[in-house]
Amino acid sequence: MSLSAEASQALESFQQARGWEQRARLLMQWGDRLEPLTDAEKTEDNRVHGCESLVWLVAVQDDGQWRFKAGSDARMLRGLLALLLVRVQGLASDQLMGLDLSAWFTQLGLERQLSPSRSNGLHAVLLKMAELVSNR
Amino acid sequence: MFQPSPWRADFPAIAALQRQHQTYLDSAATTQKPQALLDALSHYYGHGAANVHRAQHLPGALATQAFEGTRDKVAAWLNAADSRQIVFTHGATSALNLLAYGLEHRFEAGDEIAVSALEHHANLLPWQQLAHRRQLRLVILPVNDLGHVDLEQALQLIGPRTRLLAISQLSNVLGTWQPLAPLLAHARAQGALSVVDGAQGVVHGRHDVQQLDCDFYVFSSHKLYGPDGVGVLYGRQQALALLRHWQYGGEMVQLTDYQEASFRPAPLGFEAGTPPIAGVIGLGATLDYLASLDANAVVAHEATLHQHLVRGLADREGVRLLGAPQVALASFVIDGVHNADIAHLLTEQGIAVRAGHHCAMPLLRHLGLDGAIRVSLGLYSDSDDLQRFFEALDQGLELLR
Repeated sequence: MSLSAEASQALESFQQARGWEQRARLLMQWGDRLEPLTDAEKTEDNRVHGCESLVWLVAVQDDGQWRFKAGSDARMLRGLLALLLVRVQGLASDQLMGLDLSAWFTQLGLERQLSPSRSNGLHAVLLKMAELVSNR
Repeated sequence: MFQPSPWRADFPAIAALQRQHQTYLDSAATTQKPQALLDALSHYYGHGAANVHRAQHLPGALATQAFEGTRDKVAAWLNAADSRQIVFTHGATSALNLLAYGLEHRFEAGDEIAVSALEHHANLLPWQQLAHRRQLRLVILPVNDLGHVDLEQALQLIGPRTRLLAISQLSNVLGTWQPLAPLLAHARAQGALSVVDGAQGVVHGRHDVQQLDCDFYVFSSHKLYGPDGVGVLYGRQQALALLRHWQYGGEMVQLTDYQEASFRPAPLGFEAGTPPIAGVIGLGATLDYLASLDANAVVAHEATLHQHLVRGLADREGVRLLGAPQVALASFVIDGVHNADIAHLLTEQGIAVRAGHHCAMPLLRHLGLDGAIRVSLGLYSDSDDLQRFFEALDQGLELLR
Protein backbone atom coordinates (compact mmCIF):
# COMPACT_ATOMS: atom_id res chain seq x y z
CA MET A 1 0.00 0.00 0.00
CA SER A 2 1.52 3.31 -1.02
CA LEU A 3 2.15 5.98 1.56
CA SER A 4 0.72 9.46 1.39
CA ALA A 5 3.19 12.27 0.87
CA GLU A 6 2.92 13.23 4.52
CA ALA A 7 3.46 9.67 5.70
CA SER A 8 6.52 9.35 3.49
CA GLN A 9 7.85 12.54 4.97
CA ALA A 10 7.30 11.20 8.49
CA LEU A 11 9.03 7.97 7.64
CA GLU A 12 12.00 9.74 6.16
CA SER A 13 12.53 12.06 9.09
CA PHE A 14 12.15 9.38 11.73
CA GLN A 15 14.46 6.99 9.91
CA GLN A 16 17.09 9.70 9.79
CA ALA A 17 16.66 10.60 13.46
CA ARG A 18 19.69 9.82 15.60
CA GLY A 19 19.14 9.08 19.25
CA TRP A 20 16.28 9.53 21.66
CA GLU A 21 16.55 13.31 21.76
CA GLN A 22 16.00 13.81 18.07
CA ARG A 23 13.15 11.31 18.06
CA ALA A 24 11.54 13.15 20.96
CA ARG A 25 11.88 16.51 19.20
CA LEU A 26 10.31 15.11 16.06
CA LEU A 27 7.47 13.62 18.06
CA MET A 28 6.75 16.99 19.62
CA GLN A 29 6.81 18.69 16.21
CA TRP A 30 4.36 16.16 14.80
CA GLY A 31 2.19 16.53 17.87
CA ASP A 32 2.00 20.28 17.30
CA ARG A 33 0.60 19.66 13.83
CA LEU A 34 -2.33 17.67 15.17
CA GLU A 35 -5.58 19.48 14.45
CA PRO A 36 -7.01 20.43 17.87
CA LEU A 37 -10.25 18.83 18.97
CA THR A 38 -13.23 21.01 19.72
CA ASP A 39 -14.81 20.76 23.16
CA ALA A 40 -17.81 19.11 21.52
CA GLU A 41 -15.57 16.32 20.28
CA LYS A 42 -14.09 15.64 23.72
CA THR A 43 -17.00 13.49 24.78
CA GLU A 44 -17.08 10.43 26.97
CA ASP A 45 -17.98 8.37 23.89
CA ASN A 46 -14.83 9.48 22.13
CA ARG A 47 -12.61 8.82 25.16
CA VAL A 48 -10.07 6.06 24.83
CA HIS A 49 -9.85 4.25 28.13
CA GLY A 50 -6.86 2.33 29.36
CA CYS A 51 -4.47 5.26 29.12
CA GLU A 52 -2.89 7.21 31.94
CA SER A 53 -3.50 10.40 29.98
CA LEU A 54 -6.70 11.78 28.52
CA VAL A 55 -7.09 10.59 24.96
CA TRP A 56 -9.90 11.04 22.47
CA LEU A 57 -10.42 9.43 19.09
CA VAL A 58 -13.08 10.72 16.72
CA ALA A 59 -13.92 8.69 13.63
CA VAL A 60 -16.23 9.55 10.76
CA GLN A 61 -16.78 7.65 7.58
CA ASP A 62 -17.20 9.86 4.59
CA ASP A 63 -18.02 8.27 1.24
CA GLY A 64 -16.36 5.01 2.32
CA GLN A 65 -13.25 6.78 3.52
CA TRP A 66 -12.26 7.06 7.16
CA ARG A 67 -11.46 10.45 8.66
CA PHE A 68 -9.99 10.46 12.13
CA LYS A 69 -9.25 13.15 14.63
CA ALA A 70 -7.43 12.54 17.87
CA GLY A 71 -6.16 14.49 20.81
CA SER A 72 -4.52 14.12 24.18
CA ASP A 73 -3.35 16.26 27.06
CA ALA A 74 0.09 14.62 26.86
CA ARG A 75 2.51 15.98 24.30
CA MET A 76 4.47 12.89 23.35
CA LEU A 77 1.26 10.99 22.88
CA ARG A 78 -0.03 13.75 20.58
CA GLY A 79 3.01 13.08 18.43
CA LEU A 80 2.30 9.37 18.31
CA LEU A 81 -1.33 10.08 17.47
CA ALA A 82 -0.28 12.37 14.62
CA LEU A 83 1.95 9.63 13.22
CA LEU A 84 -0.92 7.19 13.46
CA LEU A 85 -3.41 9.47 11.73
CA VAL A 86 -1.04 10.32 8.93
CA ARG A 87 -0.93 6.63 8.07
CA VAL A 88 -4.65 5.83 8.25
CA GLN A 89 -6.33 9.02 7.03
CA GLY A 90 -8.63 8.49 4.06
CA LEU A 91 -8.42 4.70 3.95
CA ALA A 92 -11.44 2.46 3.36
CA SER A 93 -12.44 -0.10 5.97
CA ASP A 94 -10.91 -3.06 4.14
CA GLN A 95 -7.66 -1.19 3.57
CA LEU A 96 -7.56 -0.17 7.19
CA MET A 97 -8.22 -3.66 8.45
CA GLY A 98 -5.51 -5.04 6.22
CA LEU A 99 -3.00 -2.52 7.50
CA ASP A 100 -0.27 -3.66 9.87
CA LEU A 101 0.05 -0.62 12.10
CA SER A 102 2.65 -2.16 14.35
CA ALA A 103 4.83 -2.55 11.25
CA TRP A 104 4.32 1.16 10.61
CA PHE A 105 5.55 2.13 14.07
CA THR A 106 8.42 -0.34 13.75
CA GLN A 107 9.46 1.36 10.50
CA LEU A 108 9.43 4.65 12.37
CA GLY A 109 11.63 3.17 15.09
CA LEU A 110 8.86 3.60 17.64
CA GLU A 111 7.79 -0.01 18.13
CA ARG A 112 8.40 0.09 21.87
CA GLN A 113 5.67 2.71 22.22
CA LEU A 114 3.14 0.07 21.22
CA SER A 115 3.72 -2.45 23.97
CA PRO A 116 0.56 -3.27 25.95
CA SER A 117 2.51 -2.71 29.16
CA ARG A 118 3.07 0.90 28.18
CA SER A 119 0.66 3.18 29.90
CA ASN A 120 0.97 5.87 27.22
CA GLY A 121 -2.13 4.57 25.54
CA LEU A 122 -1.13 4.12 21.92
CA HIS A 123 -1.95 0.45 22.24
CA ALA A 124 -5.42 1.30 23.56
CA VAL A 125 -5.94 3.79 20.71
CA LEU A 126 -5.22 1.11 18.12
CA LEU A 127 -7.65 -1.27 19.80
CA LYS A 128 -10.34 1.41 19.81
CA MET A 129 -9.69 2.24 16.19
CA ALA A 130 -10.00 -1.41 15.17
CA GLU A 131 -13.23 -1.68 17.14
CA LEU A 132 -14.72 1.42 15.47
CA VAL A 133 -13.79 0.23 12.00
CA SER A 134 -15.02 -3.32 12.45
CA ASN A 135 -18.37 -2.12 13.78
CA ARG A 136 -19.19 -0.24 10.61
CA MET B 1 29.86 12.08 46.96
CA PHE B 2 29.55 8.54 45.64
CA GLN B 3 27.47 6.33 47.88
CA PRO B 4 27.94 2.70 46.83
CA SER B 5 25.72 -0.14 47.96
CA PRO B 6 27.80 -2.86 49.62
CA TRP B 7 25.07 -5.38 48.66
CA ARG B 8 24.74 -4.52 44.97
CA ALA B 9 26.81 -7.47 43.76
CA ASP B 10 24.53 -9.87 45.67
CA PHE B 11 21.80 -9.07 43.13
CA PRO B 12 22.90 -10.37 39.70
CA ALA B 13 20.01 -8.71 37.86
CA ILE B 14 21.29 -5.24 38.68
CA ALA B 15 24.41 -5.81 36.57
CA ALA B 16 22.31 -7.43 33.84
CA LEU B 17 19.98 -4.44 33.78
CA GLN B 18 22.94 -2.11 33.60
CA ARG B 19 24.23 -3.98 30.55
CA GLN B 20 20.84 -3.22 28.99
CA HIS B 21 21.36 0.44 29.96
CA GLN B 22 18.55 0.27 32.46
CA THR B 23 18.62 2.04 35.80
CA TYR B 24 16.13 0.31 38.05
CA LEU B 25 14.34 2.69 40.39
CA ASP B 26 11.02 0.89 40.74
CA SER B 27 11.70 -1.33 43.74
CA ALA B 28 8.44 -0.36 45.44
CA ALA B 29 6.68 -2.18 42.58
CA THR B 30 8.89 -5.24 42.81
CA THR B 31 12.45 -5.89 43.83
CA GLN B 32 15.40 -7.61 42.18
CA LYS B 33 16.42 -10.89 43.78
CA PRO B 34 19.54 -11.95 45.68
CA GLN B 35 21.72 -14.77 44.34
CA ALA B 36 20.82 -16.77 47.47
CA LEU B 37 17.21 -16.93 46.27
CA LEU B 38 18.19 -17.97 42.75
CA ASP B 39 20.34 -20.74 44.25
CA ALA B 40 17.52 -21.97 46.47
CA LEU B 41 15.05 -22.16 43.56
CA SER B 42 17.55 -23.94 41.38
CA HIS B 43 18.41 -26.35 44.20
CA TYR B 44 14.77 -27.19 44.88
CA TYR B 45 13.89 -27.78 41.24
CA GLY B 46 17.23 -29.38 40.47
CA HIS B 47 17.21 -31.84 43.35
CA GLY B 48 13.65 -33.09 43.30
CA ALA B 49 10.38 -31.21 43.54
CA ALA B 50 7.65 -32.75 45.67
CA ASN B 51 4.32 -31.75 47.14
CA VAL B 52 4.20 -30.74 50.77
CA HIS B 53 2.26 -32.12 53.74
CA ARG B 54 1.06 -35.15 51.80
CA ALA B 55 3.63 -37.68 50.81
CA GLN B 56 5.49 -40.09 53.07
CA HIS B 57 8.38 -40.34 50.60
CA LEU B 58 11.76 -38.68 51.07
CA PRO B 59 11.42 -35.88 48.48
CA GLY B 60 8.07 -34.97 50.06
CA ALA B 61 9.61 -34.93 53.51
CA LEU B 62 12.47 -32.68 52.37
CA ALA B 63 10.16 -30.27 50.57
CA THR B 64 7.87 -30.08 53.60
CA GLN B 65 10.81 -29.50 55.88
CA ALA B 66 12.08 -26.62 53.74
CA PHE B 67 8.57 -25.21 53.34
CA GLU B 68 7.83 -25.31 57.06
CA GLY B 69 11.33 -23.99 57.72
CA THR B 70 10.31 -20.80 55.92
CA ARG B 71 7.28 -20.51 58.17
CA ASP B 72 9.63 -20.48 61.15
CA LYS B 73 11.85 -17.91 59.46
CA VAL B 74 8.91 -15.61 58.68
CA ALA B 75 7.69 -15.95 62.26
CA ALA B 76 11.17 -15.04 63.49
CA TRP B 77 11.40 -12.13 61.01
CA LEU B 78 8.16 -10.63 62.36
CA ASN B 79 8.73 -11.82 65.92
CA ALA B 80 5.48 -13.76 65.95
CA ALA B 81 5.14 -15.91 69.05
CA ASP B 82 4.36 -19.09 67.10
CA SER B 83 4.95 -20.24 63.51
CA ARG B 84 1.35 -21.39 63.35
CA GLN B 85 0.39 -17.73 63.22
CA ILE B 86 1.91 -17.46 59.74
CA VAL B 87 -0.38 -18.30 56.80
CA PHE B 88 1.06 -18.44 53.29
CA THR B 89 -1.08 -16.93 50.55
CA HIS B 90 -0.45 -16.04 46.92
CA GLY B 91 0.32 -12.40 47.65
CA ALA B 92 -0.63 -9.50 49.87
CA THR B 93 -3.75 -8.97 47.76
CA SER B 94 -4.94 -12.53 48.30
CA ALA B 95 -4.18 -12.27 52.02
CA LEU B 96 -6.38 -9.16 52.26
CA ASN B 97 -9.14 -10.83 50.28
CA LEU B 98 -8.89 -13.84 52.58
CA LEU B 99 -9.48 -11.51 55.51
CA ALA B 100 -12.40 -9.69 53.87
CA TYR B 101 -14.15 -13.00 53.19
CA GLY B 102 -13.00 -14.86 56.28
CA LEU B 103 -14.27 -12.10 58.58
CA GLU B 104 -17.45 -11.32 56.65
CA HIS B 105 -19.66 -13.23 59.11
CA ARG B 106 -18.64 -10.78 61.87
CA PHE B 107 -20.35 -7.81 60.22
CA GLU B 108 -23.94 -6.66 60.36
CA ALA B 109 -25.67 -3.99 58.33
CA GLY B 110 -24.74 -0.56 59.65
CA ASP B 111 -21.36 -1.61 61.04
CA GLU B 112 -18.37 0.43 60.02
CA ILE B 113 -15.00 -0.35 58.50
CA ALA B 114 -12.33 2.34 58.70
CA VAL B 115 -9.60 2.64 56.07
CA SER B 116 -7.24 5.50 55.40
CA ALA B 117 -7.48 7.78 52.38
CA LEU B 118 -4.08 6.63 51.13
CA GLU B 119 -4.69 2.91 50.82
CA HIS B 120 -3.43 0.89 47.89
CA HIS B 121 -6.35 -0.63 45.98
CA ALA B 122 -5.45 -3.99 47.56
CA ASN B 123 -6.32 -2.65 51.01
CA LEU B 124 -9.32 -0.65 49.83
CA LEU B 125 -11.32 -2.73 47.36
CA PRO B 126 -11.72 -5.91 49.46
CA TRP B 127 -13.23 -3.75 52.25
CA GLN B 128 -15.25 -1.57 49.89
CA GLN B 129 -16.80 -4.66 48.32
CA LEU B 130 -17.39 -6.28 51.71
CA ALA B 131 -19.20 -3.09 52.70
CA HIS B 132 -21.41 -3.44 49.61
CA ARG B 133 -22.15 -7.10 50.36
CA ARG B 134 -23.14 -6.48 53.96
CA GLN B 135 -24.50 -2.91 53.83
CA LEU B 136 -21.66 -1.55 55.93
CA ARG B 137 -20.34 1.98 56.03
CA LEU B 138 -16.80 2.45 54.78
CA VAL B 139 -15.29 5.31 56.76
CA ILE B 140 -12.32 7.08 55.18
CA LEU B 141 -9.69 8.45 57.54
CA PRO B 142 -8.34 11.69 56.02
CA VAL B 143 -4.69 12.29 55.28
CA ASN B 144 -2.90 15.58 56.04
CA ASP B 145 -0.62 17.55 53.72
CA LEU B 146 2.49 15.76 54.93
CA GLY B 147 0.97 12.43 53.98
CA HIS B 148 0.02 11.04 57.39
CA VAL B 149 -3.39 9.97 58.57
CA ASP B 150 -4.80 12.92 60.48
CA LEU B 151 -4.73 11.47 63.97
CA GLU B 152 -7.15 13.86 65.58
CA GLN B 153 -9.84 13.23 63.00
CA ALA B 154 -9.11 9.51 62.81
CA LEU B 155 -9.58 9.04 66.54
CA GLN B 156 -12.97 10.71 66.23
CA LEU B 157 -13.99 8.65 63.23
CA ILE B 158 -13.06 5.31 64.77
CA GLY B 159 -15.87 4.72 67.22
CA PRO B 160 -18.07 2.07 68.79
CA ARG B 161 -19.60 1.16 65.41
CA THR B 162 -16.16 0.50 63.91
CA ARG B 163 -15.66 -3.23 63.61
CA LEU B 164 -12.41 -3.16 61.70
CA LEU B 165 -9.55 -0.79 60.90
CA ALA B 166 -7.45 -1.53 57.81
CA ILE B 167 -4.41 0.64 57.30
CA SER B 168 -1.06 0.76 55.52
CA GLN B 169 2.08 0.90 57.56
CA LEU B 170 4.02 2.81 54.88
CA SER B 171 2.35 4.58 51.97
CA ASN B 172 3.31 3.23 48.54
CA VAL B 173 2.72 6.68 47.01
CA LEU B 174 3.85 9.10 49.71
CA GLY B 175 6.60 7.13 51.44
CA THR B 176 5.24 8.12 54.84
CA TRP B 177 5.03 5.99 57.98
CA GLN B 178 1.53 6.02 59.42
CA PRO B 179 0.88 6.59 63.14
CA LEU B 180 0.00 2.97 63.79
CA ALA B 181 0.50 2.85 67.55
CA PRO B 182 -2.23 5.33 68.56
CA LEU B 183 -4.58 4.18 65.79
CA LEU B 184 -4.30 0.49 66.65
CA ALA B 185 -4.63 1.12 70.39
CA HIS B 186 -7.71 3.24 69.82
CA ALA B 187 -9.26 0.68 67.46
CA ARG B 188 -8.69 -2.07 70.01
CA ALA B 189 -10.27 0.04 72.77
CA GLN B 190 -13.34 0.42 70.53
CA GLY B 191 -13.51 -3.34 70.04
CA ALA B 192 -12.44 -3.19 66.40
CA LEU B 193 -10.12 -5.65 64.70
CA SER B 194 -7.02 -4.22 63.05
CA VAL B 195 -5.39 -5.13 59.75
CA VAL B 196 -2.02 -3.67 58.85
CA ASP B 197 -0.93 -3.70 55.20
CA GLY B 198 2.82 -4.11 55.54
CA ALA B 199 3.53 -4.54 51.82
CA GLN B 200 5.84 -1.50 51.77
CA GLY B 201 6.63 -1.24 55.47
CA VAL B 202 8.08 -4.72 55.86
CA VAL B 203 10.80 -3.88 53.34
CA HIS B 204 12.29 -1.09 55.42
CA GLY B 205 13.55 -1.89 58.90
CA ARG B 206 12.42 -4.73 61.12
CA HIS B 207 8.94 -4.74 62.57
CA ASP B 208 7.71 -6.65 65.59
CA VAL B 209 4.09 -7.71 65.25
CA GLN B 210 3.75 -8.30 68.98
CA GLN B 211 4.93 -4.81 69.68
CA LEU B 212 2.70 -3.39 66.94
CA ASP B 213 -0.16 -5.22 68.61
CA CYS B 214 -2.25 -5.55 65.46
CA ASP B 215 -4.65 -8.41 64.86
CA PHE B 216 -3.42 -9.08 61.34
CA TYR B 217 -0.33 -8.10 59.39
CA VAL B 218 0.02 -8.73 55.68
CA PHE B 219 2.94 -8.52 53.26
CA SER B 220 4.06 -9.90 49.94
CA SER B 221 7.32 -11.73 49.33
CA HIS B 222 8.24 -10.12 46.02
CA LYS B 223 8.61 -6.64 47.46
CA LEU B 224 10.92 -8.05 50.15
CA TYR B 225 13.47 -9.41 47.64
CA GLY B 226 11.65 -12.76 47.56
CA PRO B 227 9.82 -14.59 44.77
CA ASP B 228 6.45 -13.43 43.48
CA GLY B 229 3.32 -15.52 43.98
CA VAL B 230 3.80 -15.69 47.76
CA GLY B 231 2.13 -13.59 50.41
CA VAL B 232 2.15 -13.76 54.17
CA LEU B 233 -0.69 -13.30 56.60
CA TYR B 234 0.20 -13.05 60.26
CA GLY B 235 -2.63 -13.19 62.78
CA ARG B 236 -2.91 -12.97 66.53
CA GLN B 237 -4.03 -16.37 67.75
CA GLN B 238 -7.44 -15.15 68.90
CA ALA B 239 -7.89 -13.22 65.67
CA LEU B 240 -7.03 -16.19 63.46
CA ALA B 241 -9.64 -18.21 65.34
CA LEU B 242 -12.29 -15.74 64.13
CA LEU B 243 -11.62 -16.46 60.47
CA ARG B 244 -14.09 -18.63 58.59
CA HIS B 245 -12.61 -20.86 55.97
CA TRP B 246 -12.63 -19.25 52.59
CA GLN B 247 -11.14 -21.36 49.84
CA TYR B 248 -11.80 -25.07 49.90
CA GLY B 249 -9.86 -27.99 48.51
CA GLY B 250 -6.96 -30.26 49.17
CA GLU B 251 -5.00 -30.17 52.41
CA MET B 252 -7.18 -27.65 54.26
CA VAL B 253 -9.72 -30.33 55.13
CA GLN B 254 -9.66 -32.55 58.20
CA LEU B 255 -12.35 -35.09 57.33
CA THR B 256 -14.92 -35.18 54.64
CA ASP B 257 -17.56 -37.42 53.17
CA TYR B 258 -19.64 -36.56 50.15
CA GLN B 259 -21.99 -34.27 52.04
CA GLU B 260 -20.12 -32.78 55.01
CA ALA B 261 -16.61 -31.76 55.96
CA SER B 262 -14.57 -30.42 58.83
CA PHE B 263 -11.59 -28.17 58.32
CA ARG B 264 -8.18 -27.58 59.78
CA PRO B 265 -7.34 -24.52 61.83
CA ALA B 266 -4.73 -21.98 60.74
CA PRO B 267 -2.36 -22.09 59.10
CA LEU B 268 -3.08 -25.11 56.90
CA GLY B 269 -6.85 -24.55 56.96
CA PHE B 270 -6.23 -21.38 54.97
CA GLU B 271 -3.78 -22.86 52.51
CA ALA B 272 -6.12 -24.78 50.22
CA GLY B 273 -4.52 -26.61 47.31
CA THR B 274 -0.87 -26.92 46.51
CA PRO B 275 0.86 -23.82 47.84
CA PRO B 276 3.63 -22.00 45.92
CA ILE B 277 6.23 -24.40 47.29
CA ALA B 278 9.31 -23.19 45.43
CA GLY B 279 8.37 -19.59 46.14
CA VAL B 280 7.98 -20.21 49.85
CA ILE B 281 11.32 -22.03 49.97
CA GLY B 282 12.85 -19.14 48.03
CA LEU B 283 11.44 -16.63 50.50
CA GLY B 284 13.16 -18.61 53.25
CA ALA B 285 16.49 -18.23 51.44
CA THR B 286 15.87 -14.50 51.00
CA LEU B 287 15.13 -14.08 54.70
CA ASP B 288 18.34 -15.95 55.58
CA TYR B 289 20.20 -13.59 53.28
CA LEU B 290 18.54 -10.48 54.73
CA ALA B 291 19.13 -11.69 58.28
CA SER B 292 22.85 -12.00 57.49
CA LEU B 293 23.12 -8.26 56.66
CA ASP B 294 24.01 -5.54 59.10
CA ALA B 295 20.51 -4.14 59.63
CA ASN B 296 21.76 -0.77 60.85
CA ALA B 297 24.00 -0.40 57.81
CA VAL B 298 21.02 -1.12 55.52
CA VAL B 299 18.84 1.44 57.26
CA ALA B 300 21.63 4.03 57.16
CA HIS B 301 22.31 3.40 53.46
CA GLU B 302 18.63 3.70 52.56
CA ALA B 303 18.26 6.86 54.63
CA THR B 304 21.25 8.57 52.98
CA LEU B 305 20.08 7.69 49.48
CA HIS B 306 16.54 8.77 50.24
CA GLN B 307 17.79 12.12 51.48
CA HIS B 308 19.80 12.49 48.30
CA LEU B 309 16.67 11.73 46.25
CA VAL B 310 14.39 14.11 48.11
CA ARG B 311 16.93 16.94 48.10
CA GLY B 312 17.68 16.48 44.42
CA LEU B 313 13.99 16.69 43.58
CA ALA B 314 13.40 19.68 45.85
CA ASP B 315 16.33 21.52 44.21
CA ARG B 316 14.69 21.37 40.81
CA GLU B 317 12.44 24.15 39.66
CA GLY B 318 8.77 23.31 39.36
CA VAL B 319 9.08 19.90 41.01
CA ARG B 320 6.34 19.29 43.54
CA LEU B 321 6.72 16.38 45.96
CA LEU B 322 3.63 14.49 47.08
CA GLY B 323 3.59 14.71 50.86
CA ALA B 324 6.82 14.65 52.83
CA PRO B 325 8.35 11.24 52.08
CA GLN B 326 10.33 9.69 54.94
CA VAL B 327 11.84 6.58 53.41
CA ALA B 328 12.20 4.38 50.35
CA LEU B 329 10.50 6.45 47.69
CA ALA B 330 9.34 9.84 46.50
CA SER B 331 6.51 10.74 44.16
CA PHE B 332 6.38 14.03 42.33
CA VAL B 333 4.77 16.08 39.61
CA ILE B 334 6.23 18.97 37.65
CA ASP B 335 4.33 22.19 37.14
CA GLY B 336 3.19 22.62 33.59
CA VAL B 337 4.51 19.25 32.45
CA HIS B 338 2.37 16.18 31.93
CA ASN B 339 3.76 13.25 33.89
CA ALA B 340 3.19 10.97 30.89
CA ASP B 341 5.67 13.13 28.95
CA ILE B 342 8.29 12.94 31.69
CA ALA B 343 7.71 9.20 31.95
CA HIS B 344 8.14 8.86 28.20
CA LEU B 345 11.45 10.71 28.18
CA LEU B 346 12.81 8.91 31.25
CA THR B 347 11.96 5.58 29.63
CA GLU B 348 13.72 6.66 26.44
CA GLN B 349 16.82 7.24 28.55
CA GLY B 350 16.68 3.87 30.30
CA ILE B 351 15.36 5.08 33.63
CA ALA B 352 12.89 2.59 35.08
CA VAL B 353 10.53 4.55 37.31
CA ARG B 354 6.80 4.32 37.70
CA ALA B 355 4.30 6.80 36.30
CA GLY B 356 0.59 6.87 36.91
CA HIS B 357 -1.81 6.42 39.78
CA HIS B 358 0.22 3.74 41.64
CA CYS B 359 -2.89 1.66 42.39
CA ALA B 360 -4.21 4.44 44.60
CA MET B 361 -6.65 6.28 42.33
CA PRO B 362 -8.74 7.78 45.13
CA LEU B 363 -5.65 9.25 46.81
CA LEU B 364 -4.38 10.80 43.57
CA ARG B 365 -7.81 12.23 42.86
CA HIS B 366 -7.92 13.61 46.40
CA LEU B 367 -4.60 15.34 45.71
CA GLY B 368 -6.11 16.76 42.52
CA LEU B 369 -3.73 14.81 40.30
CA ASP B 370 -4.29 12.25 37.61
CA GLY B 371 -0.87 10.79 38.03
CA ALA B 372 2.63 11.23 39.38
CA ILE B 373 6.12 9.87 38.87
CA ARG B 374 7.48 7.64 41.61
CA VAL B 375 11.15 6.88 42.18
CA SER B 376 11.75 4.06 44.61
CA LEU B 377 14.89 2.55 46.10
CA GLY B 378 16.11 -0.87 47.13
CA LEU B 379 19.07 -1.85 49.25
CA TYR B 380 21.07 -2.40 46.04
CA SER B 381 20.43 1.15 44.79
CA ASP B 382 23.35 3.55 44.82
CA SER B 383 23.96 7.24 44.26
CA ASP B 384 25.00 6.63 40.63
CA ASP B 385 21.47 5.37 39.97
CA LEU B 386 20.12 8.64 41.31
CA GLN B 387 22.69 10.64 39.38
CA ARG B 388 21.59 9.00 36.14
CA PHE B 389 17.97 9.65 37.03
CA PHE B 390 18.56 13.33 37.73
CA GLU B 391 20.57 13.82 34.54
CA ALA B 392 17.82 12.16 32.53
CA LEU B 393 15.19 14.25 34.27
CA ASP B 394 17.09 17.47 33.51
CA GLN B 395 17.57 16.48 29.87
CA GLY B 396 13.92 15.60 29.52
CA LEU B 397 12.76 18.85 31.09
CA GLU B 398 15.08 20.88 28.92
CA LEU B 399 13.57 19.27 25.88
CA LEU B 400 10.01 19.83 27.01
CA ARG B 401 10.41 23.44 28.11
